[in-house]
Amino acid sequence: MAKTPLQFRHNGRDVALFVDGGTNLLVVLREMLGDVTPKFGCGQGGCGACTVLIDGEAHLSCLTLAEAVEGRAVETLDGIKTGPNLHPLQRAFAEGFAAQCGYCTPGMLMAAKALLDRNPQPSREQVVEAISGNICRCTGYEPIINAVLAAASSRASA
Amino acid sequence: MLELRKDIFADERDDNLNEVGKGTQRQDMLGHVTGTSTYFNDHKLQGMLHVRVVRSTQSHARLRRIDTSEAERSEGVRRVIRGADVPRNLNTLLSLINFGKDDEPTLAVDKVRYRGEPIVAVVAETLRAAAEAAAKVRVDYESLPSVFDVEEALKPGAPTVNETYPKNTFTYHERYDHQKLRFGDVERGFAGADHVLEQRYQMSPIEHAPVETNGSIAAPDTNGRYVVYTSTQALFFSLDTCAKILDLPSNTFHFIGGTVGGGFGGKVDTLTEPLAILAAMLTGRPVRYVLGREEEMQFGPPRGAERIYIKDGVMRDGRIVARQIRGYFDSGAYTRLSSYAVVKCAAHLPGPYTIPNVHGDIYCVFTNRTPATAMRGFGITGMDFALECQMDKLAHLIGMDPMEFRILNAYRDGDMKAHRREAKNTALIECVQVAAEKAKWPIREEFRRMSSRKDGGGARAAVPSTPREPAQPRSAPAQQRTSYDRGLSMPPQPDPPPQAPAPSPGHGATRFSSVFGTRRR
Ligand code: FES
Ligand code: FES
Repeated sequence: MAKTPLQFRHNGRDVALFVDGGTNLLVVLREMLGDVTPKFGCGQGGCGACTVLIDGEAHLSCLTLAEAVEGRAVETLDGIKTGPNLHPLQRAFAEGFAAQCGYCTPGMLMAAKALLDRNPQPSREQVVEAISGNICRCTGYEPIINAVLAAASSRASA
Repeated sequence: MLELRKDIFADERDDNLNEVGKGTQRQDMLGHVTGTSTYFNDHKLQGMLHVRVVRSTQSHARLRRIDTSEAERSEGVRRVIRGADVPRNLNTLLSLINFGKDDEPTLAVDKVRYRGEPIVAVVAETLRAAAEAAAKVRVDYESLPSVFDVEEALKPGAPTVNETYPKNTFTYHERYDHQKLRFGDVERGFAGADHVLEQRYQMSPIEHAPVETNGSIAAPDTNGRYVVYTSTQALFFSLDTCAKILDLPSNTFHFIGGTVGGGFGGKVDTLTEPLAILAAMLTGRPVRYVLGREEEMQFGPPRGAERIYIKDGVMRDGRIVARQIRGYFDSGAYTRLSSYAVVKCAAHLPGPYTIPNVHGDIYCVFTNRTPATAMRGFGITGMDFALECQMDKLAHLIGMDPMEFRILNAYRDGDMKAHRREAKNTALIECVQVAAEKAKWPIREEFRRMSSRKDGGGARAAVPSTPREPAQPRSAPAQQRTSYDRGLSMPPQPDPPPQAPAPSPGHGATRFSSVFGTRRR
């Protein structure tokens, strides 16, 4: 199968590799780059567990052709800490018990980050809208919404 | 804020619950928010192969021929596994505790019993290659009549789903076709009741739908052992199940569990590990077998459906004097854990109430549906739904407040339960009182003053005389229309004139009155 060269920024680092035609970004991140923070839940755009940021916007990596990120910046949960310091969203999720099994958490955090990066003071409705493509089966929506709002207000007061 | 009612639970446990009521961080939280919690599928091993299973497209069929020749020649395929390759191709999960007969193959050989049953496993270099090859497997089916309804499955002449259980019911203690509970005499209870209400309840199967699908990775390890990363909820249970199916000592396997991406009961069936390990054994390579989302939703085992008939005799003053329950658990094509759910269910009857005459028959039934499994309180949850719906209907029928109706009938400490154990630390009355208070639901003073620790036991601790089973023909259960079903706004029916007196003392029904004082609104 023909291989295509691919270059993009992965959490601030330039990466270059060859991919098979048709490979999706989730497979590139998990299997080729070893970044397992985006999760596979469905492979068909139904669950949001694979959510990553592409040039700051939330995307489902399982539905994104790897070739489509050529020259762009891809951010995953692996890249949102600053050194050892947790991102305010990570802190708020931990403090607010916004994760149970943790499987939806990377996708939730990235969807929430995309929101806060463009709208630092969202309303509750905007938070709900932002994570509406992310399924949590451990009944975590209320704590998750509250954690996103808490992160927003902690950043405002910081 | 958490409120500890030590007055009720004084002898239950130490008062010093250091953690309860305080916020304590979960030990895995940091891993979750940083994405470093390791799930089975986060392990990547050198030279990993992938499994795709060919599943039955039919609900019930004989397998005439399985042609894998084209699949074997397909690009990237390393091995095609058939039933004959599985060392012990028949198992039942609870055989580990000697409960039930082996009834389910890992890969179907002569027959398929539900749509989605695994027939052949293709092992290939990539998942895509495995899927493409799987599509080339030719299965020649001879369709058989299917049965999808629990009561149809019990009729004479119904197709036999699983030859291990030719009558389509699980066999208890090597001879009984269901779980039976007898306490007092329901027929006499009904005869003396002011009202008799019979209703039918039907639960749907429920898929757990964890965000992480079922899966595992198996790899050859040093010294002839195999390491297995798995999503299982029951690590040693899965390990022993694999040891049995693969006919190897259990120390051949090093199972590594860890973080489960949502389970809820749907990850105890050891769905993927035996084939992943077998593929690793047959190829000498690490192998990954993960259910796709469609497989998880369609063929992953759900909470089984239940059909429940409840017939109650109730007095105008609110006392339930007889309760008869017939329940059918849809186990699907194989036993898995439904046999056990049925036992739990029978032990739970008649719910948390003291009723002097109880009669229960609960069946574990085989149909051509996806095998059912554990899910959060399985065996109890569905039955409780039916029982509590019934309680609301009964309260409505006699024009009593549903909360007070529950308090009146609630079991109390010292009462005899239908399965002949004394009730202890019951606390249902207090739960209802607190729930009513929190919901600002007014209940009358005398019901607010009732206590689970008062007025129980005594006559209520006796086992009523229970007749030997008369050879009574099984009457067809009924579904009565009630005004409840037509909306709560309709006033309850006026009481009919009393026809029969309440059952005589000593029989068990009227002893309530001496305890509670009878009253009605
Ligand atoms: S894995 Fe991408 S949306 Fe579910
Ligand atoms: S925490 Fe389990 S799916 Fe959200």
